[in-house]
Amino acid sequence: MDSALIPEGVKRCSFGKFMVFISIVSAVLLWGVYAMLLCWLKGLNQTNMNDYYGFALWIWADLAVIALGGGAFFSGFLKYLVGKDELKNIINYAVLIGFICYSSALLILAIDIGQPLRGWFIFWHANVHSMLTEVAFCLSCYFGVLCIEYIPLVLENRQLNKVPFFHNFAHNLHEIMAVFAATGAFLSFFHQGSLGGVAGVLFGRPFAYREGVFVWPWTFFLFTWSAAAFGPCFTLSLTKLLEKISGKKLVKDNVIELLAKISGWMIFTYTIAKIADTYYWAVVTAPGKGQTLMEFYTGNAFYGIWILVLEVIIGGLIPGLILITNKGRKNKYLLTTAIILACIGVSVNRWVMVLQVMAVPVMPFDTWALYYPSWQEVATTILPVAYGVLLIGISYRYMPIFPQERELNPID
Amino acid sequence: MSAKEQKKAKRFGMVIDLDKCTGCGACMVACMAENNVPFKKDESNKLDSITWMRVFKLTNGKEYPDADVCYLPRPCQHCEGHDGHSPCVSVCPATATDYSRETGIVSQIYTRCFGCRYCMAACPYHARYFNWWDPVWPKGMEKMLSPDVSVRMRGIVEKCSFCFHRYQRAMDKAHLEGRRELAENEYQTACTQACPAGAITFGDLNNPGHAVYKLKQSPNAFRLLERLGTNTKVYYVSEREWVRRAGDNYLAHEKTGQVAAAH
Repeated sequence: MDSALIPEGVKRCSFGKFMVFISIVSAVLLWGVYAMLLCWLKGLNQTNMNDYYGFALWIWADLAVIALGGGAFFSGFLKYLVGKDELKNIINYAVLIGFICYSSALLILAIDIGQPLRGWFIFWHANVHSMLTEVAFCLSCYFGVLCIEYIPLVLENRQLNKVPFFHNFAHNLHEIMAVFAATGAFLSFFHQGSLGGVAGVLFGRPFAYREGVFVWPWTFFLFTWSAAAFGPCFTLSLTKLLEKISGKKLVKDNVIELLAKISGWMIFTYTIAKIADTYYWAVVTAPGKGQTLMEFYTGNAFYGIWILVLEVIIGGLIPGLILITNKGRKNKYLLTTAIILACIGVSVNRWVMVLQVMAVPVMPFDTWALYYPSWQEVATTILPVAYGVLLIGISYRYMPIFPQERELNPID
Repeated sequence: MSAKEQKKAKRFGMVIDLDKCTGCGACMVACMAENNVPFKKDESNKLDSITWMRVFKLTNGKEYPDADVCYLPRPCQHCEGHDGHSPCVSVCPATATDYSRETGIVSQIYTRCFGCRYCMAACPYHARYFNWWDPVWPKGMEKMLSPDVSVRMRGIVEKCSFCFHRYQRAMDKAHLEGRRELAENEYQTACTQACPAGAITFGDLNNPGHAVYKLKQSPNAFRLLERLGTNTKVYYVSEREWVRRAGDNYLAHEKTGQVAAAH
């Protein structure tokens, strides 16, 4: 039925099967939209956030998708600026994932603020001292860049590409894509860093606070580094997932292994920096404010030292070590384990830097505050996931996302 | 602001004598009535109810007969931080909260706040509150609201203003009388006046003629979480060492008051 829209030389499932898939995902999406409307119309009392948990599940989801979406800017940086040309075979998918992640992040922010109609105040009344201001500006600008990077993909659809204007426009955008990749890398450096700065500058919260250079706390650099390191692992994870679902090889192993190798070294070096940061914070920063390391991990029902081990060792050091070894990358089981652990590691880092920061008591006579999200928060967090699945499904079906697909899966 | 004016800048603040506080909560009630603070039918969940002034109950953790209790009233601490960069003011992305170098008061601009709650995350004292609901007043009560304080809407943050409207009113009166300075008793917060034990003293911390100027110099005076560098304008006084120690985080070997940063 829709065969005229499907790229030439590739095979897709039947239209009926595709529509069943679309319907199921759309139902989940609508559930999220319903929860979103509840939050907008009735207010944030629909959530389980409270005055101790001003930041909660949404801000974590926001930080996590931005970190995981970091594969877009870093892959672009590697391909267009460093010259790793093999990555052209995965860059489209990285851009698509980045586009989904960043549009999701903006949507979550729009739900998260108490007065969504005043959202533009962040630009109009901008406070240059606030990390969140920098986040808002760079995030919005970078989303613009991602749109520009995603548009040529859409225009390469078989039917759209027949229109001369669209064909030429897409071609010309491709020609100057290096400029946008550089712009994206520049903007990403700042907004990823600023997101780290959001927690790092909280000098009233010893658990989050870090020293740094000039106005930038160490978390500024760690967040940028980790997004560049772990983001490609998310791109690889979703590539593996799509290969599994479609039952096809979509990207050649040498491309996967190259990205995994670079990501591995980035993760490994990041983890060393993170351990150094944690050590300095534990022995200098926190004691300087009257608190010991274990005060942050005891006295409550959830946050134990296990979360630090999960983040730094299991989700950092182990995947890093696997990915820097040739044997680890060649072994499919180890590679898959490493990229999944890496995604978990960076997500736990963002969780800790948002939710644990809120949970730890600062006043000596105060108590730990634990929180669980309401169904509206869960549904609105799943909403971007459903939206992402939908967009990947549609993009994969109708656009030439994987340049090597035809070669790897010849149709007889 | 010129150098001359800078010299004349006020630093309004409080000294709260914790040995006098009985924990009666009159300060909390007075604050809510004075500032049109909204409330819900069920206020049992203190994590989502608004109390600009909140009285904490502290215990020394000992068994009878050594058990001891202290009540600690906690308004916004009106942090100055380093050069006006208080924890909340420096992070607000829309400049919806501001540090006044004229009065030392941290203000909240309700019409500009868009409810991101970053300031709440930044405040270690939990002195900032979010309006999770629109205010609903019992029938007829809307006529009893203070006309000097704007009512806040759902989705924005609010906090203690040191009854700033009282300062404005007192300054208006002074200007009409051709004065530029206020007498100590012309500007007092509602909680100060409501405290039956006289535990709260309010005034200009920079003015040697004001009671707070002397009280804050007591060897038993301390500020909450002083070593974080928040540089607050609310001082507490207690002769009890365990109470002073409860005002900050200390490592086991540190002596009470030893590590507080001087401002």
